[in-house]
Amino acid sequence: MKTHVTLTVNAEPHELLVPVHKTLLEVLREDLDLTGTKHGCELGECGTCTVLVDGEPVLSCLALPAELEGAAITTVEGLAEGGRLHPLQQAFAELGAAQCGYCTPGILLTARSLLETTPAPTRQQIKEALAGNLCRCTGYTKILDAVELAALRLRRPAVEGAAR
Amino acid sequence: MSKNRFSVVGQPLPKIDAWGKVTGETRYADDLALPRLAHGRLLRSAHAHARIACIDTSRARALPGVYAVITGADLPRVKFGILPVSQDEEALCTEKVRMVGDAIAAVAAVDEETAERACRLIEVEYEPLPALMSIQDSLAHPEIRIHEYGDGPNVHKNVALQFGDVEAAFARADLVREDVFHFEGNTHLPMEQHAAVAHWMADGKLTLWSSTQTPHYVHRLLAKILDVPAAHIRVVAAPVGGGFGGKLDPFAHEIAACKLSQLTGRPVKIACTREEVFYIHRGRHPVLMWIKTGFTKQGDITGCHLRTWLDGGAYGSYGVASTFYTGVINPVTYKMPVYKFEGARVFTNRPPCGPKRGHGTPQPRFALECQLDKAAEQLGLDPADMRRRIVAEPFTKTANHLTVTTIGLEECIDKVVEASGWRDKRPRYQAAAAAQTPKPLWQPRLRKGVGIACSAYMTGAGTAIYWNNMPHSGVVVRADRSGGVTILCGATDIGQGSDSILAYLVAEVLGIEPKDVHVHPADTSLTPVDLGSYSSRVTLMCGQAAIQAGERLKAAVFKAVAAKLGVDASALVARERKIGVADDWDKALTFAQAVELGEAMHGVLAFPGSYAPPKRAGKYKGGGVGPSPCYSYSACVVELTVDEDTGTVVLDDVWIAHDIGRALNPLLVEGQVEGSIYMGIGEALMEEQVFRKHLHKTPSMLDYKSPTTLETPEIHTYLVETDDPEGPFGAKEAGQGPLLPVIPAIANAIYQAVGVRIDEVPITPDKIVKGLELKRQGKPARIGPDKLPLFTFKEPLVVDSAFGQPAEAIAVRPFAEETPR
Repeated sequence: MKTHVTLTVNAEPHELLVPVHKTLLEVLREDLDLTGTKHGCELGECGTCTVLVDGEPVLSCLALPAELEGAAITTVEGLAEGGRLHPLQQAFAELGAAQCGYCTPGILLTARSLLETTPAPTRQQIKEALAGNLCRCTGYTKILDAVELAALRLRRPAVEGAAR
Repeated sequence: MSKNRFSVVGQPLPKIDAWGKVTGETRYADDLALPRLAHGRLLRSAHAHARIACIDTSRARALPGVYAVITGADLPRVKFGILPVSQDEEALCTEKVRMVGDAIAAVAAVDEETAERACRLIEVEYEPLPALMSIQDSLAHPEIRIHEYGDGPNVHKNVALQFGDVEAAFARADLVREDVFHFEGNTHLPMEQHAAVAHWMADGKLTLWSSTQTPHYVHRLLAKILDVPAAHIRVVAAPVGGGFGGKLDPFAHEIAACKLSQLTGRPVKIACTREEVFYIHRGRHPVLMWIKTGFTKQGDITGCHLRTWLDGGAYGSYGVASTFYTGVINPVTYKMPVYKFEGARVFTNRPPCGPKRGHGTPQPRFALECQLDKAAEQLGLDPADMRRRIVAEPFTKTANHLTVTTIGLEECIDKVVEASGWRDKRPRYQAAAAAQTPKPLWQPRLRKGVGIACSAYMTGAGTAIYWNNMPHSGVVVRADRSGGVTILCGATDIGQGSDSILAYLVAEVLGIEPKDVHVHPADTSLTPVDLGSYSSRVTLMCGQAAIQAGERLKAAVFKAVAAKLGVDASALVARERKIGVADDWDKALTFAQAVELGEAMHGVLAFPGSYAPPKRAGKYKGGGVGPSPCYSYSACVVELTVDEDTGTVVLDDVWIAHDIGRALNPLLVEGQVEGSIYMGIGEALMEEQVFRKHLHKTPSMLDYKSPTTLETPEIHTYLVETDDPEGPFGAKEAGQGPLLPVIPAIANAIYQAVGVRIDEVPITPDKIVKGLELKRQGKPARIGPDKLPLFTFKEPLVVDSAFGQPAEAIAVRPFAEETPR
């Protein structure tokens, strides 16, 4: 059975006819060609497919589009604004926080949600916010460094120096 | 050597592909889509060991939306395997299955859901055979054969090598220790599940895009498996979302996608589920080890005898190499004048093991470093001082004829000892452990400990998987009048940054910026062959080939600029995107102008670089596994806290110093070191690939425990530069070696904290609690294996020890001549 939904993704509305059981992850990747959202387990265990729904991190593999009408969905493709990278993206690239890069979109979005509510997080707060996002490459160290640097830059946009 | 010799090398630059990764633009294999794409699924065996009596696909074929269904009967009857000596796999099993998860049939359909439903409609009639799920089972039942080949019933490989007289060495020793250890198997768990897209076009040519670390080996084997000329096959490695060794074999889903594409006339994608990835495996071998080592009072090693038993699982994979690796790298770290190694790999009906980060060496490293700790205690020596004293001699040969070049291990030990506060903490924690001050019941009884371990690892395998005289790595560098430079190289970026390293090295040679360089990797119809991303070989081998190609391009451009400026080419320098004479820099030409002159003088500017390692294999059978152009060294100190009531371990800090030769980009090296430490922590404390009945016990990311941000401690990394003559600008490896010492360092720190020896990994809380209970009862506080398999190793090949012989002056290697073609 298919259902008609209107999804607002990265501030763009999309009219879709999708099977009721198709997950947000599948709709983003297969119907909207937003392949920046990755999948690691499709069971809600690894955090890889995280997107933001009204600013909150949500595992897109467990979310159904039919329940998200009227919500504002943000994917990694919606992080940069007007061709300008979000400070998190900039810091992740500069500090080597993305190795294979497969977990990066989900971590960027989870981190953005943290920085919206907690502009000056401690390292422990960053660790707790990202505890549901697995990464197998980095040992998390450079990811934590990059979130700290981005937080600093968001608070004081003039700061260009690296945290290292 | 002063650091400002370089402009790009040594800088903490972003990776060239970082931007695509932070924007979501990087397209991994499962992100690829083509018009008319069909989706495939595999039917996998539910039995661990069974004959296939009959397969009926008629109901699956009749399902609307199904384009094709294949079984092994649709493929050429040929067995394959990554090693020429272990051709024992079928993409789709025809006669029998050897593990749960073996592929039997494949479906292509309009979508994944239909393909999955069709798979369930395939009827397979099995005749179950007894499943052998452990080394003991497989050796106890020679009448049940998993394979018909090998070195004995269910024995895949049996090796025995002896370098010098170990018994005499033990007789000379003041202390001889025998210990038994077990290292449980674990898996790579890359974040990206394997996926492949195949397109067999109407002209009869096949293209495969895959998440693979070895497009070259997949290319070679596809030709054999599909019986199609290799010249008509193109394999492209998509950016790989984590490998760690898990994407180094040719896999059923890749082969099935190709065949299904041929039969349907459509591109076909098969993306594995997470559960399938657990069964595909090829990960860390479970290894049981017996190690006997002789020591003098001062802590010198007189000789060492190691026996290893590997549970290989259902297929050969890289297992012959894995078996050798459990033995042959051991003598590289410390002075070990006499050495004997016996190893056996046994087939079982479990998913096949293979290469995982550190390939075969973390297991014996755990055994050796824990044994050194025990010996140091018995001899009354500080474990750090004892190790420092016995570090191997640079530019010598080991007992087993491996040539070591630079060794920065003494400096590594000094760095971590100083940075960690070892000299202060160790006696303090020891005194605290001895005091055992009673605490009220409601307060947690926390004990702190520090532990140390060291290691060495190869920077690239000295021999290829198949015997040949060709380059291991090839690079083409081209430039044109735009001023842009393009690098073509078969290397596969699995996140380690190989594309970026190529760009940095060529930019360094040509005096331009990495941004001016375009890198086209891993496409068998476009790029020169590189053997693949394994054995920590890429930076060294591709790097040397890239430098050679870049130097050849530079020489051609210099010749043209010299003619234009009326100077000798030897007076020219390339820097800041210009080429000119250093003390007449105003007249320097831009790089683009210089290339234009070069194009006018020589025609198209495209230059090859080739690399093959120095030929240094020991002159004995088996001497081909272990040689490497050079070896990296690491030392690690761990500080942790153990809760005596619950047995939980919290890592406080890890200090690691790594001899990198030269850090081409310190940011990337640190990333490799931190990632290695993280992965080692997982193996030490929680990760295990274990089975209940015939099934994987934890085939999900929730149940297979791996460290999150909360379990990963602060990692303090120190890079030691030794400028190795074999490496590109002196560089050695970083991707695997730093994983090795952290596992025994954790075990040693736990012993210091609570006085319990856990001689097996993972060290889970229940084992610590059990050990503490034994201690309270006054029994030996050790948890670990106490039985060894009944097994006869073959007569050892006896070779004289080459220990201490000087290394040849820098060995001559093929393709190294500097003259431009």
